Amino acid sequence: MRKRLFNVGAILQGLSITFGFMFKKRPTIEYPSVKKQHAPRFHGLHELRRYGDAKERCIGCELCSSACPANAITVIGAENTPEDRKSPGERYAARYEIDELRCIFCGLCEEACPTDAIVLTPRFEMADYRRGSFIYSKDRLLVPPDAGVGAAPDDRPGGIPSDLGRVAEIKSTTDVEEGYSATHRGEILKTERRGLAG
Amino acid sequence: MDSALAVLNAAPLWLVVTIKSALLLLVVVTTFAYAMLAERKVMGWMQLRPGPNRVGPWGLMQPASDAAKLILKEDLTPSTADPLIYKLAPFISLLTAFSVYAIIPFGAGSQGTWAIGNVDAGILFLMAISSLGVYGISLGGWASGSKYPLLGSVRATAQMISYELAMSLSFIGVLILAGTTSLDGIVSAQARLWFCIPQAVGFVIYVITAVAETNRTPFDLVEAETELVGGFHTEYSGLRFGSFFIAEYVNMLTVSCIATLLFLGGWNAPFGLTMVPGVLWFVAKVATFMFFYIWLRATLPRLRYDRLMAFGWKVLLPVATLNLIVTAVVVAVRG
Amino acid sequence: MIAFWVLSVVLIASAVWTITAQKPVYSVVGLLANFAALAILYLTLSAEFLAVIQLIVYSGAILVLFVFVIALLSSGVAPFAAGPNRMPKAALPAVALVCVALGFVVFAVTRGEVAIPPPPAGSTSALGPVGTADVFGSVGDFGKALFTTYLLPFEVTALILMVAVVGVVLLSGTAPAKAPTRRRAAGVRRELREAVVRDGEDRR
Repeated sequence: MRKRLFNVGAILQGLSITFGFMFKKRPTIEYPSVKKQHAPRFHGLHELRRYGDAKERCIGCELCSSACPANAITVIGAENTPEDRKSPGERYAARYEIDELRCIFCGLCEEACPTDAIVLTPRFEMADYRRGSFIYSKDRLLVPPDAGVGAAPDDRPGGIPSDLGRVAEIKSTTDVEEGYSATHRGEILKTERRGLAG
Repeated sequence: MDSALAVLNAAPLWLVVTIKSALLLLVVVTTFAYAMLAERKVMGWMQLRPGPNRVGPWGLMQPASDAAKLILKEDLTPSTADPLIYKLAPFISLLTAFSVYAIIPFGAGSQGTWAIGNVDAGILFLMAISSLGVYGISLGGWASGSKYPLLGSVRATAQMISYELAMSLSFIGVLILAGTTSLDGIVSAQARLWFCIPQAVGFVIYVITAVAETNRTPFDLVEAETELVGGFHTEYSGLRFGSFFIAEYVNMLTVSCIATLLFLGGWNAPFGLTMVPGVLWFVAKVATFMFFYIWLRATLPRLRYDRLMAFGWKVLLPVATLNLIVTAVVVAVRG
Repeated sequence: MIAFWVLSVVLIASAVWTITAQKPVYSVVGLLANFAALAILYLTLSAEFLAVIQLIVYSGAILVLFVFVIALLSSGVAPFAAGPNRMPKAALPAVALVCVALGFVVFAVTRGEVAIPPPPAGSTSALGPVGTADVFGSVGDFGKALFTTYLLPFEVTALILMVAVVGVVLLSGTAPAKAPTRRRAAGVRRELREAVVRDGEDRR
């Protein structure tokens, strides 16, 4: 007790430490104006991709939905018709919905997908005011028609070819360098392709 | 400034006092606002954060936005509270915090001291007013009608009485050396040597007790947010909370001014650097003391309550008494 | 003169409020207002030192202890229940006696039959504006009077206060703690058991 009451040295030492800290470099990233660069394989918001010829990759197989540990994905498939082919396969996803509030961003859907249709992007800014707006459906998940990647397999009536249209070397359409500001726009996609090719 | 004072001195007394008070109120409130910002900034830097920097350049408009926020908050009165005392307490705090500035001098020129009133018993007046400051806290905590504020107010009362004794004793050492109770006279007695050197022990005691009197870390057991939610002001919101908040920072400023006047030579320039005006020296000394306050807050953890009391009564009070006796003997022997 | 009348009204009103208020805290606030008004009244009588000491000692120390005790015992927001009037017969004569005494003092002073004591030696005693040095009632003046002319009463007062403090410590000091014995512990246990049983019966 007596010793602790009189321990002036410890107080002075503490004061010198805090004073020194005033001039140290601060690790703060001033978030909305400066954004941290995430790793390219960061698990963020999903997107549904297309082939280079603008056909949807998703074939409505529901493997992602059954792989999802959080039951966040709902897929309702439908048959393609010869007049209106949405995807190269027999079926396509008529509805594709992800509840981003349930999603735990584990990436199992991505791994389960046989055609690399569903991928996780480094985008994470999806704050909103209503819970309902966290249910992302195709209108927000699907990339625009001009942002497809990879060669589509044959439109043979016999089905999709053996390679299933995988493009293993491309993770997502989000530009790694531009980080969060990347959108579904095609030109960003092109810069990314250049970057990854180089 | 001197010429302005000369014009003022020719005016009727009530007008002079009104103008001076309004001016001083403005200065003190602005200082409060920026002391608060400075505290948040400096604390931030010491904790490797940038501090508030969103409102205006470098966060300089932060006080304005805080004020707007406090004004717009709902003013709550708990159903168990005693409404009269509950509403009176913040005003007592504010009143005592501001009325001290009636006699604090900030500088001296050919037209006399720069103060609203120059009182002969200045330091006693300071002690009298600051001893009333405890009422705002203790009555406010009691009147809230809930347990945490009550605990805070009981702590405040015991703590402030205990540390006031040692603080008064540290004043008396200065009074003996200066031979006067007027703040003006004490400052002019320090023209050659600041009292923080012959009264080093008294100065240390004053610094410790001043922190305790204003209920700041490491003596902030009155608020103690980790154990008492918010202490005496737990139930207060909006402008009533704001009043306590202002009072706390104005009291910090007051004790910094007193430290400057009694121990750091007031507006006397150090090392003969008289080309810088005295007021600026005064401001610089007060600012240094305020910085020390913030620095302490960023460094030290809170004391346990029994240790606080033991320290006040068993260490500070005997040391202050001893300091007083030694000072008296030395002054008596040297004649 | 205006100040005197205003302060007198405040003084008497706050004093009346102090003794008639139902809640103890209201009494404290009334007393605080009373002390403050009294201090200002002292200032108008050029007793600067007295005014300041009035604030420091009464408002700053004694009354704070009242607040402390009220907060600690927390008689709560609920007002005191009216107690029995202990001295119904003594009240009126006491008031009458005080009035007579006060009337006598006022009468005697106005008639000049009681001389106001001359200023003590060593006092400057020159009347001057409050707040300036070396006038009647200033700190220096007061100090000189206290430590020269009135030294003996001053020291005796200090002694009386000391005796009071020692007496309080003696009266309220804790008795030496009794060592716990088996029998006493058993007694405590029995009491606890009985309390639990009683509580159970009450609930039924």
